[in-house]
Amino acid sequence: MTTTQLPFAVSAKERAHPIFDPLQEWLETVDHKRLGILYIVFALVFLVIGGIEATLIRIQLAVADNHFLSAHTFNVLFTMHGTTMVFLVGMPILAGFANYLVPLQIGARDVAFPRLNSFGFWVTCFGGLLLNASFLTAPALLGGSGAPDVGWFGYAPLTEPAYTRGNATDYWVIGLIIVGIGSIAGAVNIATTIVTMRTKGMTLGRMPLYTWITLVVQCMILAAVSPLTAALILLLLDRGLGAHFFDTQAGGSAVLWQHFFWVFGHPEVYVLMLPGFGFLSEIIPVFSRKVIFGYPVMVAATIAIGFISVSVWAHHMFAVGMSPAANTFFAVSTGLVAVPTGIKLFNWLGTMWGGQIRLQTPMLFAIAVLLQFLVAGITGVMLAVVPFNWQLTDTYFVVAHFHFVLVGSLLFAIFGAVYYWYPKVTGRLMSERLGKWHFWLFLIGFNLTFIPQHFAGMLGMPRRVYTFLPERGLEIWNLVSSIGVAFQLAGGACFLWNLIRSYRRGAVAGNDPWDAWTLEWATSSPPPVYNFAELPVVGSRRPLWDLKHPEDPDWHYE
Amino acid sequence: MTAIPVPSPTPPWTLPRRGPVGILLFILAESALFSVFVAAYCYYIGRSLTGPTPREVLHFPVLMTVCLLSSSLTVHLAGRALANGATARFLSYWLATVLLGAAFLAGTAREWRELIVVHHLTIHSNLFGSTYYALVGLHASHVIAGMVMLLTVAAFGLAGRVRPHHVDRTDVISIYWHFVDLVWIVVVTVVYIIGR
Repeated sequence: MTTTQLPFAVSAKERAHPIFDPLQEWLETVDHKRLGILYIVFALVFLVIGGIEATLIRIQLAVADNHFLSAHTFNVLFTMHGTTMVFLVGMPILAGFANYLVPLQIGARDVAFPRLNSFGFWVTCFGGLLLNASFLTAPALLGGSGAPDVGWFGYAPLTEPAYTRGNATDYWVIGLIIVGIGSIAGAVNIATTIVTMRTKGMTLGRMPLYTWITLVVQCMILAAVSPLTAALILLLLDRGLGAHFFDTQAGGSAVLWQHFFWVFGHPEVYVLMLPGFGFLSEIIPVFSRKVIFGYPVMVAATIAIGFISVSVWAHHMFAVGMSPAANTFFAVSTGLVAVPTGIKLFNWLGTMWGGQIRLQTPMLFAIAVLLQFLVAGITGVMLAVVPFNWQLTDTYFVVAHFHFVLVGSLLFAIFGAVYYWYPKVTGRLMSERLGKWHFWLFLIGFNLTFIPQHFAGMLGMPRRVYTFLPERGLEIWNLVSSIGVAFQLAGGACFLWNLIRSYRRGAVAGNDPWDAWTLEWATSSPPPVYNFAELPVVGSRRPLWDLKHPEDPDWHYE
Repeated sequence: MTAIPVPSPTPPWTLPRRGPVGILLFILAESALFSVFVAAYCYYIGRSLTGPTPREVLHFPVLMTVCLLSSSLTVHLAGRALANGATARFLSYWLATVLLGAAFLAGTAREWRELIVVHHLTIHSNLFGSTYYALVGLHASHVIAGMVMLLTVAAFGLAGRVRPHHVDRTDVISIYWHFVDLVWIVVVTVVYIIGR
């Protein structure tokens, strides 16, 4: 037999390039797991960038009358810190988790629209890079106007061309429009996946709570992010074409911008926080060895939060001077949202009650969230009281409140989720020893940084001001707050080192290291490209319990 | 993996099709987008500091409205024809939709030309100009996006490549086109009836 050598045929060995081939694979991938990892790595990179920005802010505020940063640089840093953490860390890391976990949890082989998924990630990536490219236009580098310095909320008329010349604000506007398009694409995709691709037997009432919450969150993204996109388009028309939407000198309204921004901005808080609740609802039952307490109530509470959250936005605007009727409405609705969140908190406690609690790293983070979210919730209800809000609006009390939500609750929940699902993604367990160092350092650092800010705020320290005067009783709170950052940085370093080290040297995890119950633990770690060789069929909310205990399946009790 | 035990008998398992679900979710996002433009329009009615005012320059666009609304009917009939396997009838209804959409856009172009050249109303003139061009322009850009999709399918149709099983995909475009028409009813009400 003669062998004919085709001119194009190259052997696999010749073709494989150690860098370019994997790079090409990652660039053109449409696999939901790879895109999920890309989202998460992208977000972690920006977490480091946003963290550096926060560190610089705290160095500047460590002592009174400091001149480490100029006032303008300080404005740039708090603008970019806020924008980065919300749009380039929070949104993409949660999109990454949703991408990775949802198809596995519902027993699907991929998302509904894999190419749209890839589009969503790369658009988000481009928007983030564009926004941060504004740093390169700094006067010292390219003689432009540098990075945006209008605050992450971009209040009019400060953003109007008359007040911010140069292109800094345009980078912010266009960057966020593009990131928003990515978010919408991702949300359409994930929600469609959950609605149309659940495996046989997975009724809505049997979906894992994380998937349920993710479905609600995607609908909230669709309803909340596009108003921001719309408002940004109007602002862009003002800046680029001379329209007058927020131009007060031509009859435009600056308050209208605030309404538009917070119509996005407040649901956004829940868009970020609800997936954190989803992580807790997966971690706490597994590490308490009990089924989640009150599953239907948890679902109902999630949907209630989704609806109420779109009617609370103007509690950010009590100091603007709205009518008493509007103030009353938004105070009541804001108080009301505490009810379903409180229900959730009690359901997690009910899950832990009488359970065999395993205090491994994911559970440690989850327990810390319960305590810190309680503080965040209580200060939130305090701020919903209009006269209290008038007193403390735009002070460090508000800063402390929302950092207890976004760091003390959300970031802690994300850390827990990383420790929980890392073995599924990589096939290796993260180090428990480093994990405990990470947990305790971050717990101490976080509370040292943000508890004192409540007191600084009550003493009258305003936000967004680059320094403060001595002898007003503010020094000690600010110094302690800045010292806390050192602990957080040390904890963050332990986390990053753990991520990198465990990838090669972590203990081999196996398919189901936590003895968990949802479908992602039914496949290998890491899962194959097709997720499941044979699509599973489920009969209850805990299919792997049924698999491990066929004599006592869950559907008898649901 | 051994099979997970399930209660028997297992009920039949059907889920919605992904195309319609996806486009409906996208329409949810689009509705929120339009809501902000409409809210801005309503808020600024009568607040312009200078002229021209809507009453001076706007005329109710009867012909444009008739064209766009009837195009919803033709696109629906096209889909039904395709589902029944009548590809020739599908193509003629589809092309009628394209023509009606084009007529609508021509109407918009004429109106804008008159406003800009005769009445000197631009986006920069006053709040009416800003809100009018933003809202009507946002809608028109959605019509253009719809036209691109309609024309793509029309090209495949003329090449004889559209088969009855493609109705899943033409349905998605059809739903989007109905949404664009629905938004036009809101725009007409706000701009040409309430706003005048």
